[in-house]
Amino acid sequence: MNQSRTSTDLQTVLRQEVEKSAGWRLFIQTVIARAYPRIIGQQREKSWMFFDIFLPIMAVSAYVFVYRAIQAPEDYVGFVIMGGAMTAFWMNVLWSMSSQLYWEKETGNLALYIMAPNSMMAILLGMALGGIVATTLRAGVIVVLGSLLFRVSYAVVSFPQLLAVFILAMVALYGMGMMFASVYLLLSREAWHISNLAQEPVYLLSGFYFPIKNFNFWVALGASVIPLTLGLDAMRQLAFKTGASLGFLSVNMELGILLGLSILFLLAARFLLRYMEKLAIREGRLTESRR
Amino acid sequence: MNFAIVTDNLGRVYKIRGGKKTEPRELVALQDVQLQVKQGELFGLLGPNGAGKTTLIKILTTLLAPTMGQATVAGYDVVRQAEKVRPRINMVSGGESSGYGLLTVRENLWMFAQFYGIPSAVANWRIRELLKIVGMSDRINTKSSDLSTGLRQKMNIVRGFLTDPEVLFLDEPTLGLDVGASRDVRLFIREWVNQDPRRTLLLTTHYMVEADELCDRVAIINQGRVLACDTPESLKNRLQKEVLFRMQVSPLDSTQADTFESLPGVRKVTHRAFDGYAVLELILEQDDALGSVVNLMTTQNIHILNLQKREPTLEDVFVDLVGRSMEEVEKSGYSEGNQ
Ligand SMILES: Nc1ncnc2c1ncn2[C@@H]1O[C@H](COP(=O)(O)OP(=O)(O)OP(=O)(O)O)[C@@H](O)[C@H]1O
Ligand SMILES: [Mg+2]
Repeated sequence: MNQSRTSTDLQTVLRQEVEKSAGWRLFIQTVIARAYPRIIGQQREKSWMFFDIFLPIMAVSAYVFVYRAIQAPEDYVGFVIMGGAMTAFWMNVLWSMSSQLYWEKETGNLALYIMAPNSMMAILLGMALGGIVATTLRAGVIVVLGSLLFRVSYAVVSFPQLLAVFILAMVALYGMGMMFASVYLLLSREAWHISNLAQEPVYLLSGFYFPIKNFNFWVALGASVIPLTLGLDAMRQLAFKTGASLGFLSVNMELGILLGLSILFLLAARFLLRYMEKLAIREGRLTESRR
Repeated sequence: MNFAIVTDNLGRVYKIRGGKKTEPRELVALQDVQLQVKQGELFGLLGPNGAGKTTLIKILTTLLAPTMGQATVAGYDVVRQAEKVRPRINMVSGGESSGYGLLTVRENLWMFAQFYGIPSAVANWRIRELLKIVGMSDRINTKSSDLSTGLRQKMNIVRGFLTDPEVLFLDEPTLGLDVGASRDVRLFIREWVNQDPRRTLLLTTHYMVEADELCDRVAIINQGRVLACDTPESLKNRLQKEVLFRMQVSPLDSTQADTFESLPGVRKVTHRAFDGYAVLELILEQDDALGSVVNLMTTQNIHILNLQKREPTLEDVFVDLVGRSMEEVEKSGYSEGNQ
């Protein structure tokens, strides 16, 4: 009897708390909760140090040795290290944002996310935020290790501007990831193949390992749809002595385009997410694919 | 009377996309479902594989749109007012692998509580209380990937109770659990409903005993239709006029078993083959029909190894309604699917 009384009171209190937190509080709680497994959980599997640090450093080293061998300008070494670090974000968006909802569907999490009173946009933002934090840790280690290993000298023009470019590039890039995640909601096995196909060409096009100024103007402009391209270009301009001379567009112009892309991708993500959720509920495709 | 769940003429048709060699087709998974579950009830949906139980749960939890009819949960329409339904419900499926393996039991449960807006301190307190009840206090900081199937399922069930929903849906909650863990889970489910008259719980199962011993009322569902809905007692009382026998006999084939069914006074005969013997379940209209069955057996050279009169179970109710046992329905379902 006593037990049932306390539980009834608790139920009332809980209900009130839940009603109160409807709206933006629930939104923020959801973002943080969904970011948590990426910020805390993902660090527990120690193999990330090998896959996310050692392997990228090896790839970067290969380019550094080639550039040194052909006596390319010394700043190219710094370019490659920065490119290698940014690759980590691209991989993260591809494998842990875009195709993520497909995996969440397989494990049954997706149905639970949709059934809960939270907004799916908050779930995606949480995934993005967690991905950015976890990957910044990895990218930071790559930059520090790479710079020490190959004695890179930086000449930063403006730290605030560098930070602004980085943040905007992240918003645009993860905004794109969120947009693709909504589209992937309806895909099943194909999701994996699409991510696989997209991985390599983007390495080339976004100029991870060389400045995109080397491309024909129109190819470079086309490649700029991928937010990493312009972000990387602007960051190189701001961080290295010869950066500005090797830049594609002016930093301000690149900042403007990144801002435009951010807004576009986030709005598209929001729209597509709502649409795809409705469609999936109508067609019965929210849970694991049946044989 | 307050109803926690009401369905009106509810139905769902799946469109199945054609492959290279197969035509696209439609599959009726649910049809004309008319249910009223009272607030405070522990309600069971009993049916074989493919009966439509999960489909019904998905519709009621706003995860799937019905193609016919409508449904309300906690007083709100599951399609038009999904955002009102969602804070008031929760769902757990048997054998689900939700959450993240790298997080601990507490962290996983905390995460799902956040999606319902429960403050962290309250959530953590509730998690500790509930884990104590299911006997998992010592596992609170175990990574969920390190849990056994039984403990995992208990964690999932705790996730459902954590948000203290008005209506909780459990899809085969004891699937794959051993006898002990199943019993724990059932006791906990019953306890939870009894504690507060505002709580309602709907579970699906294809274990007869589970439906019989646990549920206040049971709906028997087959091929997308609800065939009967009542308390387990009343369902079994329908067979009170009939007499039930279980007979262990020397091996025979199923066509032979069918011939018994045509004898006067014999309602249903189901047949299960085992190594070296067979078991017949007989539903007779009166006791004396047994004589003609035994006579026919003697002429066919079938030996009776054991004979037992018994009380009706929900299994018999199912056989009476469908004409076959749930086991037989499931077997034939599989062979159809393979064609
Ligand atoms: N998303 C889907 N697309 C097409 N057909 C489906 C889908 N989901 C279920 N079905 C079909 O609908 C029918 C009912 O399935 P449902 O999962 O509701 O049955 P169930 O009673 O839960 O069975 P089980 O005991 O196997 O869980 C089955 O024939 C199943 O193959
Ligand atoms: Mg099912």
